[in-house]
Amino acid sequence: MKLDPIALRNDFSMYRNAVKMQGKPLVWLDNASTTFKPDCVIEEIVRYYSEETANSHRGDYDLCYNIDQKILASRKTVAHFINSEVEEVVFTTGTTGSINLVAFGYAAKTLKEGDEILLSEAEHASNLLPWFKVAELTGARLAYVPLDKEGRITVENVQKSLTPKTKIVALAQVGNVLGFVAPIKEIAAICHRNHSILVVDGAQSVPHMKVDVKDLDCDFLSFSGHKLLGPTGVGVLYGKMSLLLETDPYVSGGGNNDKFYKEGTVTFLKPPMKFEAGTLNIEGILGLKPAIEYIEKVGIENINAHERELKAYAVEKLKATKNCVIYNEDSEAGIVTFNIDGVFAQDAATFLNSRGIACRSGQHCAKILNDFLGTPATVRASFYLYTTKEDIDLLADAVAHGKEFLDAYFI
Amino acid sequence: MPTSFELTPMMMREVIMDHYSNPRHKSTPSGDGYVSIHASSTNCIDDFDVYLKKENGKVADALWNGVSCTISGASTDILCDQLIGKNDEEAHYLIKQYLNMIEEKEFDDSVLDEAIVFMNTGKQAARIHCATMGWTAMDEILYKEEK
Repeated sequence: MKLDPIALRNDFSMYRNAVKMQGKPLVWLDNASTTFKPDCVIEEIVRYYSEETANSHRGDYDLCYNIDQKILASRKTVAHFINSEVEEVVFTTGTTGSINLVAFGYAAKTLKEGDEILLSEAEHASNLLPWFKVAELTGARLAYVPLDKEGRITVENVQKSLTPKTKIVALAQVGNVLGFVAPIKEIAAICHRNHSILVVDGAQSVPHMKVDVKDLDCDFLSFSGHKLLGPTGVGVLYGKMSLLLETDPYVSGGGNNDKFYKEGTVTFLKPPMKFEAGTLNIEGILGLKPAIEYIEKVGIENINAHERELKAYAVEKLKATKNCVIYNEDSEAGIVTFNIDGVFAQDAATFLNSRGIACRSGQHCAKILNDFLGTPATVRASFYLYTTKEDIDLLADAVAHGKEFLDAYFI
Repeated sequence: MPTSFELTPMMMREVIMDHYSNPRHKSTPSGDGYVSIHASSTNCIDDFDVYLKKENGKVADALWNGVSCTISGASTDILCDQLIGKNDEEAHYLIKQYLNMIEEKEFDDSVLDEAIVFMNTGKQAARIHCATMGWTAMDEILYKEEK
């Protein structure tokens, strides 16, 4: 069913409040960075603080029991959303926290000197830097899957890059700069034939397309709440139970242990509790449930179709300006990465800001990719379910007037 | 306004674009005697070095080189122009007045000359760091050199 972004905007106070930027109606095109929250998410967070406050973990009174039940309900919603078992859903601080847990809890424990960690040059810093550290700690070697000429990760190139020493393959399902969808299911199959573990960064995929961990057969999957209409500071690590059992908690304390003794022995709870020490981001976990339910109500396939339509429209409109270069015309995700002719990306983003348009400029935390693109920086516009063609028209009009970018300071 | 050019928005734009497109001081020093500091931005694009050489208590040469946006590049190039020939006290005073202008505090416009073109940077708060990163880096070198 075709979704109606204008109707959906009624559910988002950032739109109802007619928020302005630089005195202009806000045009929000930075959804790859974060997303607006529908009322149901905000209401759930407010409810927790105004009517339901209590800590989680084995309380003896009703309010605490209620929170434990609500955390479990949120975990079930996540599990249903990605088609995992409930116990395979670990709440974390976000994608970065999830990948770090795999890196330090699993990889640092199991990798040996000479083993290889296979990455790609399109990865976000959060899927590179933890692996750099693991390589340093274990003596493992870093290797990179070459991108094809467009910037895609292909099964063939992953196959060529796998060696008997490859123990970990860590790739984003959707790149945060170019927005190509990596063929994760096929990559998982060849990784497993090679006895390699596939760690998937789903930050840019889970909010925008159907992700079924059983169908993909990935070993770990990470994603963030705030990129899928949920609160900041909460995310998910999915891991196959056999791997979660092997993974050490890299944060320990209250709530994740079963027994411990003064001579230093400890037994941890079973996953996922094993990884959830300390007071959790309860408002975040609670808010994640209505966010996912909202997406499910609209329909992830409908969201995906809407974004694909916007992507094609944006490419057409931006090309018609004859005033920019687009770096990812053929990618599948609702991300357009470009530069205005003769205008440095940061200056372009400031100019867009002066017109009320929020786009990201820079390297988008994927600093290695810029060598591939041959430019120090790009501007990125990214879409979501509430993005309209009118938003894109305003972007294209600004791009057409890009030569006037210093207007940002003088008008 | 004691600037060497007429202060209209059009002229100010031209000064910025001129220093960005045809920088006078954008190079890495070939000779000895330069002290350098790296200037970079957390929003991850601006990434350059500034170089300063002093002789007989005055700035003999000032350079910068690297990747910059229009605002950071042009402002640093204009700074290099103005630093040359100044002693420490004059240089610190110039930088202080410029930073005051950017922060929209009171400032002495008599020393700024072309740097006045950045008077509107505050309109784009996200670019304040760009307009000041070369200046604060040079100030740091000057203080280091005094010690």
